[in-house]
Amino acid sequence: MTENPRKLTRKDFASDQEVRWCPGCGDYAILAAIQRTLPKLGATTENTVFVSGIGCSSRFPYYMNTYGFHTIHGRAPTFATGLKITRPELDVWVITGDGDGLSIGGNHLLHVLRRNVNLQIILFNNQIYGLTKGQYSPTSDVGQVSPSTPLGSIDQPVVPVRVALGANAKFVARGYDVSKKLPELLEQAHAFPGAALVEVLQNCPVFNDGVFDLITDRKKGPQHQLWVEHGKPMITADGKKGLRLDPKTMQLELVELGEGGVSEDELFVHDETNRSIAWMLSDLPEVKALGVLYREPDAPVYDDGVRAQVEMAQEKAGGSDLAALLRSGHTWEV
Amino acid sequence: MSTATKDVKREELESVVIRFAGDSGDGMQLTGSQFTSATAMMGNDLATFPDFPAEIRAPAGTTYGVSGFQIHFADHDILTPGDAPDVLVAMNPAALKVNLPTLKKGGLLIVNTDAFTKNNLKKAGYESNPLEDDSLAPYRLLALEITRMTRAAVTEFNLGAKAADRSKNMWTLGLMFWLFGRDRQPTVDWLKKKFAKKPEIAEANIAALNAGHIYGETAELPSTVGVYQVPSADLPPGTYRNIDGNQATAWGLVAGAQLAGLPLFYGSYPITPASSLLHNLAKLKHLGVVTFQAEDEIAAVCAAIGASFGGSVGVTGTSGPGVALKGEAIGLAIATELPLVICDVQRGGPSTGLPTKTEQSDLFQAVYGRNGDAPLVVLAAATPGDCFYMAIEAVRLATKYMTPVMLLTDGYIANGAEPWPIPDVSKLEPFPVKFHEGPSEGFQPFLRRDDGTHARVWVKPGTPGLEHRIGGLEKAADSGNISYDPDNHHAMTKLRAEKVRGVADDVPAASLDQGEAGGELLVVGWGSTYGSIKQAVERVRKGGRKVAHLHLRNIWPLPNGLKELLEGFDQVMVPEMNDGQLARLLRGELLVDAVPFSKIAGQPFRISELVTEIERRLGDAAPRESSPEVRA
Repeated sequence: MTENPRKLTRKDFASDQEVRWCPGCGDYAILAAIQRTLPKLGATTENTVFVSGIGCSSRFPYYMNTYGFHTIHGRAPTFATGLKITRPELDVWVITGDGDGLSIGGNHLLHVLRRNVNLQIILFNNQIYGLTKGQYSPTSDVGQVSPSTPLGSIDQPVVPVRVALGANAKFVARGYDVSKKLPELLEQAHAFPGAALVEVLQNCPVFNDGVFDLITDRKKGPQHQLWVEHGKPMITADGKKGLRLDPKTMQLELVELGEGGVSEDELFVHDETNRSIAWMLSDLPEVKALGVLYREPDAPVYDDGVRAQVEMAQEKAGGSDLAALLRSGHTWEV
Repeated sequence: MSTATKDVKREELESVVIRFAGDSGDGMQLTGSQFTSATAMMGNDLATFPDFPAEIRAPAGTTYGVSGFQIHFADHDILTPGDAPDVLVAMNPAALKVNLPTLKKGGLLIVNTDAFTKNNLKKAGYESNPLEDDSLAPYRLLALEITRMTRAAVTEFNLGAKAADRSKNMWTLGLMFWLFGRDRQPTVDWLKKKFAKKPEIAEANIAALNAGHIYGETAELPSTVGVYQVPSADLPPGTYRNIDGNQATAWGLVAGAQLAGLPLFYGSYPITPASSLLHNLAKLKHLGVVTFQAEDEIAAVCAAIGASFGGSVGVTGTSGPGVALKGEAIGLAIATELPLVICDVQRGGPSTGLPTKTEQSDLFQAVYGRNGDAPLVVLAAATPGDCFYMAIEAVRLATKYMTPVMLLTDGYIANGAEPWPIPDVSKLEPFPVKFHEGPSEGFQPFLRRDDGTHARVWVKPGTPGLEHRIGGLEKAADSGNISYDPDNHHAMTKLRAEKVRGVADDVPAASLDQGEAGGELLVVGWGSTYGSIKQAVERVRKGGRKVAHLHLRNIWPLPNGLKELLEGFDQVMVPEMNDGQLARLLRGELLVDAVPFSKIAGQPFRISELVTEIERRLGDAAPRESSPEVRA
């Protein structure tokens, strides 16, 4: 590692490769957000590694002037785990999508989260398969018409942040591609010691255009965005509605604020260390909870544990080497 | 208490094969391994063959629940666990039923009569009690009430019948120690250590062991049951230990990584018969080894590739079904030209097949089993001890050529043990890896080194100025950038093939293990059949026939000079524990008339089977293909 005397900028993190996503793709905005965030984190190009699987989003590493590994479908978390365990000083980011991370690679997402490997997982969710030309994905809504579901999908979709919470993930956040708050979410994910999952709702202008319009629309979107913050009441981005806990049903209900409605004091206050609250927030009708839904900062980190065991064993062995190993146990002279 | 064997006159034998057999819960593997340790201490050469069912505790008394352990020991260099046992220990009727057909006529048969109940006889499929009819007449029968005598020996420990009966393997072992003049003390020490937290169990087992021994000393055994000794073998001088194949592979990987000057990462998912590779390596954290029990076979290999990307020696180990799952990831390591070692401890297939039985049927999978033209290096270890050296070779080739290397072993050598002269690790030739560190100007990740290996440079993430991206998409030969250019893909495919082919110039040329070039018949083997073939060829050569043995350790690429050697013989015979995979590879690659001799029974070749077949082929008018008789 060398000291970087020059302050890096967004441009330093852009590779010389032409970006080849479709015009208008949400991936451009996410790429820009990450390239903008890295200099703020004090990241260096040589110590940053992007690991991806297969799919539109997984082309991501080619556009970053860092180390990068475009691997195979669904398996990015496993490559990243092997890398992070053996090179804990590297800053490892996993880029995946709804098909890559939740369909073919669902198993690996579960395990990298439960192990709490210290890396960031950015899951681009466009609720469709883009690279294979528009089939429905595991996050597609019921009824999604696609080349493989001409009469509409009958699959019940998964909710990515619920999968993460169920896998005992220690940092779970949600944002969307063109949001100004995305860089801040990425910063928080990066600061978290352990596996940090950020689901990014992302528009596919070719195969699933407008799927998140309800939230991302400049005018009406704020009514449906609910950015949660630890210790603050849950209020929609337009400030007009909020969430109140109904103690009888243990459900969050959307209520009007102000005259004729309820006061802010009655609203539920977000506690990001409470997994049950995160679960309640994960799949609400009418509004989409965004921001850090859950954070458990003091959980043991997997790669730290691996190193600690090796160091402990080395200390205990006191320099015992391979030659000693070969001669351990019962030996005899001929 | 002295455990030394009383001074009696013992009949001297050159070699003995003993088979311990009982229920899978009877502790036969343990009995066998203790007898093995004691035998190694006597300075005998030995080979073992554990043979157990896939079920951890198959229903008691059934023939499919029989667990066996065979040991062959001698006063001379031996290579196989032996064909037919001289001594069979049968702890119940099912064990007798399964194993009696292999016992030599006139062999010593020790049975536990207490287990020959009506119910057990029925479960084993006996219509009448073989102890009561004359079906055992061809053998020297020693029928003993082992359960009763064990119980009597352990009464003072108040264990309860079930726990007491568990010691009957130790009683039997004690008797065997007496018959063959082995020292009990190491087993006594081992029991004390194993049951350190349950001293009463340790003491009961020791009491049973001693009781069996005392029984041998004091009982008036029938005159047909002799006491024996097998003098020490005349092995080359040195310090020896027992080693099994998986242990040797694990240690060889550690040695290889040290010789390369790199950390070792082992990613694996438990699978029979490869799991003990993971267990062995997990114990070596003090040597800097990082092991990772992944969520599945794919994750295991991918994590290993991730570690290689980071500058470690990435290794994964598995058996055939696991290799099938890892195929796509291995292709990525080929495309990205990263070092990777895949240890395939083969077992019977296809599908789940015969998990605990041995087979050599992954050769095609190793050489060809991936999408696209995806060549890698394939090596095969011949004996348990050879696994150590082949694992080192796998690491050397993987790091030097930036390629995956598949090391083939199998259940037979993975679990089988042999005395092993311990090498002086300071004398092993190092092959230090040098990472590319600059200059950054004009750097491309797929630049070739100019040393004839065609290997690309290896750059560790974290190196300033050399940031780069790699992936499974085809890349331009000159820049490493993604390329869909047709001519480039053709050139890159040829380059990857040529890189692997070039390994042949870096490994020993083909040579005969035994015999002279240009004879009547050449036996070509690979992997764990080494011992059987060597001894079979030795026997036939004693009859004056011009037979030779060649054993392949380099399966892909094939070694230089092989075609010329093979063409010099009238006949080429290829014994394999599969349906003729190497034979077909040789025919396809070399256009030689290699004829398979297959045994696909989950069991290793017997020397006699090979001798018979070689002699048959040397005779006139021999049919071209056949299989050995396989016992039902």
